[in-house]
Amino acid sequence: MLKRVHFIKIMLPLLLVAPQIAVTIIFFMWPAGQALYQSFLIEDAFGLSSEFVWFENFELLFDDEIYLQTFWRTAVFSSLVAVLAMSIALVLAGFAERVIKGAGAYRTLLIWPYAVAPVLAGALWVFMFNPTLGIFPFLLEKINIDWNHYLNGGQAMGLVVAAAAWKQIAYNFLFYLAAMQSIPKSVIEAAAIDGASPMRRFWTITFPLVSPTTFFLLVINIVYAFFDTFGIIHAVTQGGPANATTILVYKVYNDGFVGLDLGGSAAQSVVLMFIVIVMTVVQFRYVEKKVEY
Amino acid sequence: MANIKLDKLTKSYGDTEVLHHIDGQIEHGEFIVIVGPSGCGKSTLLRMVAGLETVTTGEVSIGDKMINDLEPADRDIAMVFQNYALYPHMSVEQNMAYGLKIRKLPKAEIKRRVEEAADILEIRDYLKRKPRQLSGGQRQRVAMGRAIVRDPQVFLFDEPLSNLDAKLRVQMRLEIRKLQRRLGVTSIYVTHDQVEAMTLGDRLMVLNGGYVEQFGTPIEVYEKPASIFVAGFIGSPSMNFVSATAANGVLTLSNGTTLATNTTAAGAVTVGIRPEHLFPNKDGVLKIEVDLPEKLGATTLVHGRISGAETAFTASLNGINAASTADVLSFDAPPEFLHIFDAETGKRIS
Amino acid sequence: MVENRPFLTVITHAVLVLGVIMIALPIWITFVAASHDELRMTQAPIPMLPGGHFWENFTRTLFGSGLAGNEITPVWRMLLNSLVMAFSIAAGKIVISLLSAFAIVYFKFPFRMGFFWMIFLTLMLPVEVRILPTFEVVANLGLLNSYWGLSVPLIASATATFMFRQVFLTIPDEMLESARIDGAGPLRFFWDILIPLSRTNIAALFVILFIYGWNQYLWPLLITTDSDMTTIVVSIKQMLEAAEQSPQWNIIMMTAMLAMLPPILVVIAMQKLFVQGLTETDK
Repeated sequence: MLKRVHFIKIMLPLLLVAPQIAVTIIFFMWPAGQALYQSFLIEDAFGLSSEFVWFENFELLFDDEIYLQTFWRTAVFSSLVAVLAMSIALVLAGFAERVIKGAGAYRTLLIWPYAVAPVLAGALWVFMFNPTLGIFPFLLEKINIDWNHYLNGGQAMGLVVAAAAWKQIAYNFLFYLAAMQSIPKSVIEAAAIDGASPMRRFWTITFPLVSPTTFFLLVINIVYAFFDTFGIIHAVTQGGPANATTILVYKVYNDGFVGLDLGGSAAQSVVLMFIVIVMTVVQFRYVEKKVEY
Repeated sequence: MANIKLDKLTKSYGDTEVLHHIDGQIEHGEFIVIVGPSGCGKSTLLRMVAGLETVTTGEVSIGDKMINDLEPADRDIAMVFQNYALYPHMSVEQNMAYGLKIRKLPKAEIKRRVEEAADILEIRDYLKRKPRQLSGGQRQRVAMGRAIVRDPQVFLFDEPLSNLDAKLRVQMRLEIRKLQRRLGVTSIYVTHDQVEAMTLGDRLMVLNGGYVEQFGTPIEVYEKPASIFVAGFIGSPSMNFVSATAANGVLTLSNGTTLATNTTAAGAVTVGIRPEHLFPNKDGVLKIEVDLPEKLGATTLVHGRISGAETAFTASLNGINAASTADVLSFDAPPEFLHIFDAETGKRIS
Repeated sequence: MVENRPFLTVITHAVLVLGVIMIALPIWITFVAASHDELRMTQAPIPMLPGGHFWENFTRTLFGSGLAGNEITPVWRMLLNSLVMAFSIAAGKIVISLLSAFAIVYFKFPFRMGFFWMIFLTLMLPVEVRILPTFEVVANLGLLNSYWGLSVPLIASATATFMFRQVFLTIPDEMLESARIDGAGPLRFFWDILIPLSRTNIAALFVILFIYGWNQYLWPLLITTDSDMTTIVVSIKQMLEAAEQSPQWNIIMMTAMLAMLPPILVVIAMQKLFVQGLTETDK
């Protein structure tokens, strides 16, 4: 942690950490503290006075059928995004790893969606699936599927999942490819000599050996789906129709900024903070393990 | 005058004292080698002189000036590190000039000094290269060059040759010695290699477990080791030891053999004799049962045990010695080559 | 590849090409839409091949007022805002993280670990979970609708600090000792030795953080009410809303392309640094 050889000074290091600490306190800890404090308050309808109510906001929250549905929906949404984005990336990386000539070209063509902002990804997909103009509704009509994600909740969910997964494939692909390239060639060759077919090798050798990456990506993808997909949902469905695509982060924004329910929104923020803390701990414990490995 | 004085130096980390009351006087222009096994505190001692480790108690002085609290840069020293510590992003020239630049020397002067040092070390052709483009030996020279340009009062070397292969090590050893003679700069050199220590040092400081075991010229250390530790550490192959009882000028070894001695030692002692000081003589009193002869060409090493005791003994014979194939060899062990140590303290009995 | 099976090679390339098509299709459609005129873009099915109005749309979007009948800021201004924001966030994060990592690794001072954990905490408090109170703080400081407000609240960075800490820890101790013997003080050592030795890490991180900054959405959405301060990424959403009344998909998609282009170019042009940055910060 600290260098064996170091400086013993007091003012200079304090000055050096000061900018970061100032930003952390002013824009991170103070607001988080405020959220925590507000989550214990209920304001009257006019915002003139507020009352300290302990955990009443949380009780209300977990009694609220809509909130519980949102929780469940977020879990489904995140799992779908993670599984879809990871499995497609795994397959693509598995094949890309085999290519000797042109592997670089494929990589270049596959990684750039990482650079597309979530809200833009949403815009592209909403355009492709625009019920009157989009190319996909036009094609789906030919097989008698009526596409309108403005009315059909399931279709809306499918669309945000697709857009979110599309954007995340690039990231997962890069990590899977790197993990596969770090497997010693001799291990694969030994398996080939043992008579394992390429398909079998992939499932019995490559896949188990990249399992640390799989676990790491699972955490990253779930965090991504929880928090970074706000822009996609905001662009594609705005949480609709009838809340069909409202996930936790979207609800915090909506209740707080649009609905102006301060106490309720703050309580939701606190729940989210708790989720992030759990995920961060999981992620870091895993990183520690990986160092040993 | 750059004489160095170490006065009752100690170093502690928390409650553990790692160096105990180190005393020593180093004269101007002397080349001192601090030698000892790993973990004996030799690097720590050097780094205390450099100012990279704080002094717990005691004093370090250079040129009669106490420097305990001076920054390394203000001590007028230069140091060559084991891994050279060259700045990887700077060229050879920039590496050598860096300290001078910080001292705000005029550009022309910096250039002159760098070129002079480069000539001495024959690295002029590499001045524009980066350290990673150099071989181990060349990096070693650059590290030396960086020390030379500073024109310091004291050179400090921290195992500078241990990253080189054996052949280069011998060559660089000679060069370091010649360079130090030529520049006449007081130097302290840390190594765990006793051959380096013997060949380089005007005097050796043998350290063990944070204590100075002996501080003297290589010949003194070889001929009159102050303790069993020094006796065993200096010299190759190592000295043989056997326990004995001394009385009235006679040593009775643990196997009953008696040897004459010209010391007045009495009681339980440890007798040491170097392999090269065992002289074959078919009437010799010291008998060794041979386990394995090692023929090295110039010498033959005979590994075995003293008859009647299980104490391992090695003898060094000249040339390819046919006698080494015998089962038992007899030797003379003349009194002037016997080293006698107190069995309890391990100290030499003169 | 261990064995030589032509059939497998064909399958491999087929799957990869399919993957590339899947990844590229949305961008292709965007490009095509941006190259047709307004009328064509109201007729279903929309075209799949580029039209001839690309440059016309391009200049109209970049320098005109964008959507007709919509008084929004010209796109070049929003691109500029995005650029300033992305650059400030990336540079700010790098500078303050370098400084704090330097302090934490190379100095012994009071509350050192306390500060470390405080920085670590920022990892657990993404803007999404503290939207309202952070907005209040920025509003109280009078930073709404300013470049400061867009960038400063986002520049605390645990990941960047950890990464530099890791980089510094791998630099041999002898570098510092040698520099001290050469007479370099802490700041000189930082500037002359540490910064040059961390060059590629800094560059790699810059690539990642530039993209991160450019793609910020929720934060600029909250704190820019003045349309002159809107970023290009945020403007897309406003255009989509406008499209419900008067769909001008050619202009919207051209704007989307312009919004995507800078970060995509960065990723492709600096691919090696990008990959390095990505794997270093997340591991």
